[in-house]
Amino acid sequence: MIRPILTACCVLDRKKAKVGSQSRKTITEEGLHLLARRLAVACYSIGTMPDHLSALQLILTGDPALIAIVRLSLGVSFAAVVLAAAIGMPIGALLALTKFPGRTILVVLLNAMMGLPPVVVGLALYLLLSRSGPLGDLGILFTPTAMVVAQTVLILPIIAALTRQTVEDLWVEYRDELSAMNVAAVGRMTTLLWDARFSLLTALLAGFGRAAAEVGAVMIVGGNIDGFTRTMTTAVALETSKGNLPLAMGLGAVLILIVLAINAIAWGTGVWSQRLTG
Amino acid sequence: MRGPLSDLPLVLEGVSLQAGATTILDRICLTIAPGAPTLIVGPNGSGKTSLLRLCMGLAAPTSGRISWGSRTDPTPTRRAFVFQRPVMLRRAAAANVTYALAQAGAPRSQRTVRAAALLGRVGLANRAQRPARLLSGGEQQRLALARALARDPELLLLDEPTANLDPAATRAVEEIVLAAAQSGIKIVMASHDLGQVRRLAGEVLFLARGRLCERAGTSDFLDHPSTPEARAFLRGDLVI
Repeated sequence: MIRPILTACCVLDRKKAKVGSQSRKTITEEGLHLLARRLAVACYSIGTMPDHLSALQLILTGDPALIAIVRLSLGVSFAAVVLAAAIGMPIGALLALTKFPGRTILVVLLNAMMGLPPVVVGLALYLLLSRSGPLGDLGILFTPTAMVVAQTVLILPIIAALTRQTVEDLWVEYRDELSAMNVAAVGRMTTLLWDARFSLLTALLAGFGRAAAEVGAVMIVGGNIDGFTRTMTTAVALETSKGNLPLAMGLGAVLILIVLAINAIAWGTGVWSQRLTG
Repeated sequence: MRGPLSDLPLVLEGVSLQAGATTILDRICLTIAPGAPTLIVGPNGSGKTSLLRLCMGLAAPTSGRISWGSRTDPTPTRRAFVFQRPVMLRRAAAANVTYALAQAGAPRSQRTVRAAALLGRVGLANRAQRPARLLSGGEQQRLALARALARDPELLLLDEPTANLDPAATRAVEEIVLAAAQSGIKIVMASHDLGQVRRLAGEVLFLARGRLCERAGTSDFLDHPSTPEARAFLRGDLVI
């Protein structure tokens, strides 16, 4: 990886030497070595995290670059969950409570879309958001906004499909009671969504887990730009391909720990509040 | 919001209900007008629950015609239903009642006060903030009654509300039902407990195999049943 850059630099240097021919000294062996070393350091520090520190040290010392990456990852995935829930839950509830021709096909399609490949979502959004694409004027490609959009698209089917299943099951139990109380369509939707809140928490967690663990879509539409769109997953992919395995493993461990912690907290709140409300 | 609409009299004309080849209700003709509580009596599977569901408008008859106050629109306006196993919403007892009040169109400003009054009426004032699903079976049934009364009904339909309750809880429910009847609400209630019939009923509808076999005053029915099915049922024979 370094050799071609080095060659290019040498060529450039020779050209420079020819242009300013009188005063320039010729490139010596030592000079070349020095240049190579500097380039190597430059290449490695493209990722701002110091590679001589172990992953554990990075975590323990609260490395600002690492924290920024974690914060961006969580922020993007959290925003995606909120957006996908705001759109997906009403869709799921609507699908659970209405009957229309083609509903079964839609349900099957929605369930199938739970397994949407992230890279395909990334590619599709890339084509939409790139300069020449139909939404190119928005200028959001390679920004966190595009990453939020990508993850929203990715987890919307998960949240909508799980909501549909939950609400439909609950509707069987509630149908007579709500009909006897003459509850209108919108009221049914909101009542069922609210009364299914503990089950729906699981749907949200499934969505969050998928978003936080996904690398393909954010890589393509985010671009893995250091300090701007680099997330934990894209950083792990990068560090692995660079051969910086300790750092990759450290980031991976952080990712797993965070997902674990969020699930534990959510599960705990769920159990606790379920005990309170029955 | 409701205006002068009334759900009474409830009239069933030649109403039949079929599920596939099975006849659940067979050409029922019936008029329910204001008055003393009507108890629907009959063995299991005689069609008591189905008849009540049709009366509520929760199901549509296969043939025949049902009207509420001469309207055929099944939307419940001034009638309410208490199920054998009521479904409690996952919120506090008081919130269950305010929910019913909201659905019945009560103004927001009155809901809290009226919910408290209704909970007092069913003896659950001290359970207002308990989650409804954590109440005992008898308390849940009383909460279901409070929710039904929140609709300010003229017609209250109850499907064996005491079937799963112990005697104390049964007595509490019966007292609420009697008080409701005395306040002018028409009660139509399914039961297979003859003691309950004697305690509550003003008149009895006897159903067997989906047919309305007998309609009589309580003591007439209990002491001088006119059909062989009713005689067998009262003797304690198995009527199929």
